[in-house]
Amino acid sequence: MSALDAPPQASLLRPVLMGLAGLVAVALIGWLALPANIAVLLTSLVAVALACLAFTRFMGWSDRWMVIAIPLVWFVTFFLVPFFVLGRISLSEVAIAIPPYTSLWERAPDGTLEIIASFDNYLFLLSDSLYVSAYLSSIKIAAISTVLALLLGYPIAYYIARSPEPRRSILLLMVILPFWTSFLLRVYAWIGFLRRDGVINNILSWLGVIDEPLVMMQTDFAVYIGIVYTYLPFMILPLYATLVKLDDALLEAASDLGATPTVTFLTVTLPLSLPGIIAGSMLVFIPAIGEYVIPTLLGGPDTLMIGRVLWDEFFSSRDWPVASAVAIVMLILVVVPIMWLQAVQNRQEKNA
Amino acid sequence: MKRGWFLPIVATLGFGFLYAPIVSLIVFSFNESRLVTVWGGFSTRWYGELLNDGQMLAAAWISLKVATIAATLATVIGTLAAFVLTRFGKFRGKLLMTGMITAPLVMPEVITGLSLLLLFVSMEMLLGWPAGRGLTTVVIAHATFCAAYVAVIAQSRLRDMDESLEEAARDLGAGPVRVFFDITLPVITPALISGWLLAFTLSLDDLVVASFVSGPGASTLPMVIFSKVRLGVSPDVNALATIIIVIVAVAVTIAGVLLMRQSKTAR
Repeated sequence: MSALDAPPQASLLRPVLMGLAGLVAVALIGWLALPANIAVLLTSLVAVALACLAFTRFMGWSDRWMVIAIPLVWFVTFFLVPFFVLGRISLSEVAIAIPPYTSLWERAPDGTLEIIASFDNYLFLLSDSLYVSAYLSSIKIAAISTVLALLLGYPIAYYIARSPEPRRSILLLMVILPFWTSFLLRVYAWIGFLRRDGVINNILSWLGVIDEPLVMMQTDFAVYIGIVYTYLPFMILPLYATLVKLDDALLEAASDLGATPTVTFLTVTLPLSLPGIIAGSMLVFIPAIGEYVIPTLLGGPDTLMIGRVLWDEFFSSRDWPVASAVAIVMLILVVVPIMWLQAVQNRQEKNA
Repeated sequence: MKRGWFLPIVATLGFGFLYAPIVSLIVFSFNESRLVTVWGGFSTRWYGELLNDGQMLAAAWISLKVATIAATLATVIGTLAAFVLTRFGKFRGKLLMTGMITAPLVMPEVITGLSLLLLFVSMEMLLGWPAGRGLTTVVIAHATFCAAYVAVIAQSRLRDMDESLEEAARDLGAGPVRVFFDITLPVITPALISGWLLAFTLSLDDLVVASFVSGPGASTLPMVIFSKVRLGVSPDVNALATIIIVIVAVAVTIAGVLLMRQSKTAR
């Protein structure tokens, strides 16, 4: 009833009043209950949003852009712009200063602006074999882990997708559950498993399978285990999503036409689940390239991964420009897989 | 279709692989001995030590604060992003926005952390804000990557939702704001709750990004755990892990029940 009586055109007064009330409320809650700096952040966010709203209303623009602007501005500021800053700092040189890099502009004595930018950091990355082999070794470790995760994840996803409800939902929840517990603590759990006096060695020697404890910690093997373990849910979920949509009639048709289960799998199931395979593999491969925690906790001193190199460059050597150059090259490496992932997801959205 | 023996065996092994380390983590948290892998009798000693560890408790408190604020911010931003992407048709910047909510999901954390830190440092030089690094910068960093996760969850819910409800409300004369708050928001609330919970746990869990953008006096729980774990296994970390796992298991079960009920009523 009241919705019909309301005037259809947007009024200026009501949203502004509501917004002001919201501002006061946020400020009150903020200043009473939150740390001061967070309160400043929240209050200014709301104030900026309000000012934009008032401005768009005043200019007679549609509110549509206002709604689009909030998430867009946030992501551009805190996700996109940082990459430009990264690129800019990768062109400067390390300096003993706060912050520890040289400025890109310098005012010459005659008042003209000089731009000082150099690709020295990138040349340095190329000249030192440490960096090149760290990139290659990261790609190798990420690729092997992805294949292992696919080999383990595919049967699990298939089994879940073919299970009847309610078992299917429960199994799915069981796959997601470890993903919600602390990543760091799950990697930590493997230390207790793989150590010289760890659970696996204890069980094996108790069974009499081995005399000498196996060396598993601080090897590449431990890193593979760690990556497969922590990223397995990312592999299973997209695979499950494509496999659960698989039409049983297709499988029946194939077997009616005389195909063996293996042939049916290779010619029907596998091709149809390809989008899930690609999405799952990218979700494991891309973050695994830059992994820092797993090689540090499980890998040995010779486990070379670029995330670790970047971390040491930043925290130990305090060379911000070189760390930025390392990050930019890593970014270039992951851009293609990310775009591939996005293309696959867009296509699936259109089919859905 | 005939059921083979292969799938159930691999699935059992797979679930064993997923859960065995977690179970052993919990079991050894009740171990009397300091050696994490040798059983020395049942004891709750490490839980007591955890409660007396002031540094750990302070870090846990900071992490809880950061996670609560970051998850709330992320839910607002992520929901808006998802709404814009599913309901606004085509607009300039749509492709950019789709990219910016997909990329944070897979972006290696070291890149996100370093680039945000450099942004904060440059902003401080240019604008004088944020002054130094600490709670605020960690909250912003976490809210950004968590918003991407919330957006993905909210997006799939918005897409599944019956749009004729919104159309009916619009035909009856409700304005877009009213349609959003009276129709859309109540329908997607369960998805937003699980989105908030996911954002909360992701923020609570993050080590790498927080290590880059945090400052003195704002060490989060994972940062303290990491510095402890680097030196070797210690049973009080097991005790902490057990507490976290129990809390998460309860929360996830609640979220799962909510989602299941939601999908039943939606059909």
